[in-house]
Amino acid sequence: MKAVEPEGERAPTSGQRGMAEFQLRLYVAGKTAKSQLALKNLRRLCETHLAGRYEIEVIDLLVTPKLAAGDQILAVPTLVRKLPEPIKKIIGDLSNEERVLVGLDVQRLRKNDLGG
Amino acid sequence: MPNEGIPPTGLPKARTGIEGLDEITAGGLPAGRPTLVCGAAGCGKTMLAIEFLVRGATEFGEPGVFMMFEESAEELTANVRSLGFDLDDLQAQKKVMLDFVHIERSEIEETGEYDLEGLFVRLGYAIDMIGAKRVVLDTLEALFSGLPNERILRAELRRLFRWLKERGVTAVITAERGEKSLTRYGLEEYVADCVILLDHRVGGNVSTRRLRVVKYRGSAHGTNEYPFMIGEHGLSVLPITSLKLDHAASTERVLSGIDRLDEMLGGKGVYRGSSVHVSGPPGSGKSSVGATFVDAACRRGERALMFVYEESASQLLRNMESIGLRLQRWIDRGLLRIEASRPTFYGLEQHLTLMYAAVGDFRPALVVVDPMSNLSADHDDGLLKATLMRLIDFLKHERITAIFTNLTTDAVVSLATSEIGVSSLMDTWLLLANLESNGERTRTIQVLKSRGMAHSNRVREFVMADDGIRLLDVCIADGRILTGSARVAHLQRLAAEAERPAKSGRGARSAS
Repeated sequence: MKAVEPEGERAPTSGQRGMAEFQLRLYVAGKTAKSQLALKNLRRLCETHLAGRYEIEVIDLLVTPKLAAGDQILAVPTLVRKLPEPIKKIIGDLSNEERVLVGLDVQRLRKNDLGG
Repeated sequence: MPNEGIPPTGLPKARTGIEGLDEITAGGLPAGRPTLVCGAAGCGKTMLAIEFLVRGATEFGEPGVFMMFEESAEELTANVRSLGFDLDDLQAQKKVMLDFVHIERSEIEETGEYDLEGLFVRLGYAIDMIGAKRVVLDTLEALFSGLPNERILRAELRRLFRWLKERGVTAVITAERGEKSLTRYGLEEYVADCVILLDHRVGGNVSTRRLRVVKYRGSAHGTNEYPFMIGEHGLSVLPITSLKLDHAASTERVLSGIDRLDEMLGGKGVYRGSSVHVSGPPGSGKSSVGATFVDAACRRGERALMFVYEESASQLLRNMESIGLRLQRWIDRGLLRIEASRPTFYGLEQHLTLMYAAVGDFRPALVVVDPMSNLSADHDDGLLKATLMRLIDFLKHERITAIFTNLTTDAVVSLATSEIGVSSLMDTWLLLANLESNGERTRTIQVLKSRGMAHSNRVREFVMADDGIRLLDVCIADGRILTGSARVAHLQRLAAEAERPAKSGRGARSAS
């Protein structure tokens, strides 16, 4: 599975969209230092812990402000874990890898996978 | 900015359209700037905010965005429907836009730096969508419980208020009252232009809402606490000083139903649309005077409305039967309506609201409030006076004659204790009194004042007979007022003296 990273785009690419185990959506507002950092952190973290199991969709609210209300976005950057349910939100530049992993429940889910 | 009819104060203002509020703020809220509305839970912050927005959209051509942090758009829409605000319709017309910002603390994990640009984006998008000129943020400080990092939040709030000013929108931000400061999270520190404080006080089991403009930079404003109410058509603030005396005075007179009282009032009764104050101690016949006015109005085919605070409608009807006033027939013919309620059951503003509603519904020619003093049981005088002033003004405007009875504490007539100080608002003042002498108690009546007409300055004896109220001349002998049996005895003595031939001694002396 490969990561979809249509930066600055919102239209999901057809085909394999929605297939990955981890559906992640990163909301940013413009290409600020914080948003760039968040995206860099997210990519590294996903490749380390979720390789092949994730999709990232980046939404720039300056381009599509309408989408902010749907996921109840206030803070940027906000990372939304759409799948697996329930929805989780992580705000900030994702610089604390430990907390991001806790927030995404990556550790627990992986343990469950191994156990099963 | 729409501020026609209001003296210019230099500062552009955005009218709220809320009754009374534009008067005490000399034209409305500062246009293009944020205003903070603070108060405890349930004091009417949201109502004020939504009315500001809806009136702006419907009356002043200024669309508005309502961003809410605590209740959902559906809840808000349902809550304000009772005020006649149809938010669904206004949204469809793109005059109002609602955005519910929901923050679920448990869903949010925080890692690293962030800002609230998402909030700005949402607000900006909503403003652009409908060309909003007004914005409400209700209640912004919910963010403090939703977001863990107060340092970031405060910096962002500062930026938000600056941003709102740059956008040039007139904003209302609501906030919870704090224990030591105006707001729990010190939002007043960011909003320097205008701060309005709402209060909801309970005294003697009766609640009263009050509003105060704490601060209004660059503008004159009323500094008092003003009672306000949330009525059927939204908020209404009672600004005492700014009431305009612009009702047209009637020259038409209406008879009281008591022949000799009308005689005392220049022979024609009171002016239509005037207010009559009937004061007296317990048992002096105040209610009976009111009921007689009612009976007379109904006889003329006019509608009358009674607000009764001491007895039930059936008790009143029974009691009035005893003096020959058969009021039930007027009820049967739809000419009379009696609204009986406990004065302590509602706050003053609710009483006033109910009165407005009943008057608007029944359209009477005469209103009786019996007694108004009961309304004041748990209120301070200033508030009651303001409320009554508003009511009197309203009734005058509608050309409705009003009778207010008022219980005075003692049989001794003391004019200095002019009860709630409302007598100055009244056009006619009838003073009832009990006199006790010779082992009997009798009643008297006098016209203390009656504006715009010649009126008798005599005290009359007031008799409640089987067939209604009668006024009799009193006798004065040895500098005393004689009533009841003393009067009868005096009259008999006079009559006897007149019949008897003059005594010789007296006649001789007078001849010399």
